[in-house]
Amino acid sequence: MNIFSAFVKKEFFHIFRDRRTILILLVMPIVQIILFGFAISVEIQQIRVAFVVSASSPSKTSIQQLARKVDANEICSVTHWYSSVDAVDAAMKKGEIDVAFCFQEKEPHHLQVQMLIDAVNPTIATSESYYLEAIVTDFLRKQQLNTQKSSAVSLIQPSVQMLYNPQMLSAYNFVPGVMGLIFILICTLMTSISIVRETETGTMEILLVSPVRPIYMIFAKMVPYFVISCINLATILLLAYFLLHIPMTGSIISICLLSFLYIFLSLSLGLLISTVVKSQVAAMIGSIMGLMIPVTLLSGMIFPVENMPWALQRVTAIVPARWYISAMRKLMIEGVSITHVSTEIMVLVGMSVFVLLLAFKNFKNRL
Amino acid sequence: MDKMIVVEKITKHYEQVEALSNISLTINKGELFGLVGPDGAGKSTLFRILATLLLPDKGKAWINGVDVVKHYKKIRSSIGYMPGRFSLYQDLSVEENLNFYASVFGTTLEENYALIEDIYRYLLPFKERKAGKLSGGMKQKLALCCALIHAPSILFLDEPTTGVDPTSRQEFWETLSKLKEKGMTILVSTPYMDEAVLCDRIALMQEGQLMKVDTPQQIIDQFDKALWKVSAKNMYGLLKDMRLSPLVEQCYTFGQYLHFTFVQEELDALVAYLKQKGHQEIEIAPTAVTIEDCYLQLTDV
Repeated sequence: MNIFSAFVKKEFFHIFRDRRTILILLVMPIVQIILFGFAISVEIQQIRVAFVVSASSPSKTSIQQLARKVDANEICSVTHWYSSVDAVDAAMKKGEIDVAFCFQEKEPHHLQVQMLIDAVNPTIATSESYYLEAIVTDFLRKQQLNTQKSSAVSLIQPSVQMLYNPQMLSAYNFVPGVMGLIFILICTLMTSISIVRETETGTMEILLVSPVRPIYMIFAKMVPYFVISCINLATILLLAYFLLHIPMTGSIISICLLSFLYIFLSLSLGLLISTVVKSQVAAMIGSIMGLMIPVTLLSGMIFPVENMPWALQRVTAIVPARWYISAMRKLMIEGVSITHVSTEIMVLVGMSVFVLLLAFKNFKNRL
Repeated sequence: MDKMIVVEKITKHYEQVEALSNISLTINKGELFGLVGPDGAGKSTLFRILATLLLPDKGKAWINGVDVVKHYKKIRSSIGYMPGRFSLYQDLSVEENLNFYASVFGTTLEENYALIEDIYRYLLPFKERKAGKLSGGMKQKLALCCALIHAPSILFLDEPTTGVDPTSRQEFWETLSKLKEKGMTILVSTPYMDEAVLCDRIALMQEGQLMKVDTPQQIIDQFDKALWKVSAKNMYGLLKDMRLSPLVEQCYTFGQYLHFTFVQEELDALVAYLKQKGHQEIEIAPTAVTIEDCYLQLTDV
């Protein structure tokens, strides 16, 4: 036990004496959460709308009514009026407008409206189209009701309600994702680097000659990073709750337990990487290429897994973060009990055991 | 005499390169044994095999009768190993390094303080300093302290004096002889020939082979020719001309002189030859044989 505590103490010295390590371990998670929570969002902030109406249009009044309604919406504003559709292209290219409404009247009282949307960013374009369509539909329905007054119009009105995230805030989606990313970064990257550093600087040579059992060395490496990850977990949860106002409907104990499991898996992965690579640079490349990129692209953090091609969906099954993020979303935002994420937990436990065993098997007793 | 280290026909390859070829060696208990040879001679490889860090391709080795491959765990607690590279934690202080290695080997600094006291006293004024900020000599002293902290019965020192100033080197060797007096078996490697005479016995190594194993004096005595030194104004031209002369068997640069041996001792003829080649300020005299001369003679063949 004395050996073990000496190791842990030494590990903490390494961490706290290197300013860059501290920065990566404690400051970066906070910055990432704040960045993803505030700065990087896929919500639409403002839609600039242009109206294209020929000067002679007889339905001018109702068009103006529509324009007022659009303008009244807090994120939409009608910024330009054009008389010909030719102007739209230039304005969009200059970035002056996002959407254009083009009105055409083929025969009297048959007004047709065409919505032109700048779809350079498809995510935003989709949201904009939903948004404006809703405004227009609502407007038309009210007009219809006005004109046909008392006549019984039975219109089917879909009433859409966004559950769990009524404002469709992207922070809800990102926080579990960022957590999945941060723990991989801290646990896997930093652990693998710290072990490989011992090989690179030659200290491993002396440690191997000592009577210390490798299992001591390995667990002593894991402890400090586990502790730091727990500090980060607490910081992130606090930030998410107080700063990003994520509801945390699920039980906090379940959230922590699941995170501990994921942290443990990430540490084991770091260990595994350190047993196969020879240099710190290789450890870094291995962690980034092998884990960070899959976490950002294949975990469902940014791109929904359901939208991926079949083959890629299969690939995501081996990305630990996918299971963690999906379970965290359920726990944090839907607020289900831990029994509802038992599949994810089983997968993560299985992965941990497998990775840890492989790492132990690979750990070399010699140079 | 008790045999402490026995190496039997050990061969080790690194891919295409043969680092050690068929090496056999016996080192006795309480001996200060030196492996002497240039970089790439295979010294570190042999150290690592004996320290149980590498597996030999062929051959066997025993330390105190224990097989280094089969019972490596047993050996690991009884040896002190100081790798060729400075291998302590640069971001830990002198004291933290010592305490850490003491714990790793299941002991404490206080327990074996007597053993390292002689060396540690040089380090005391710097005990709060980070190991990475120490001078070369201090680093080596600290590394030796760390290797000694668990009172090993055998000490493996791989090039402990490389990159260390002459004064520190001298102090280091004094320390080694003190440790030897305490009954420790010490295997040390060095590329410096002048350090070889400080060992009880040495092995001259080149390209993975042991060329000679004996006491330094015996090796010097076995140098069967008279050795001469020569200098002139144009040293480079002199070396070329000396090597061209049929009278000269072997000639090489040695400090500010050239050392050479005759095929047949014809001093006057050689001086005449050099004068004829236009050399000025020629100075020729017999000189004492050193280990380096023996090494160069052995490798030149």
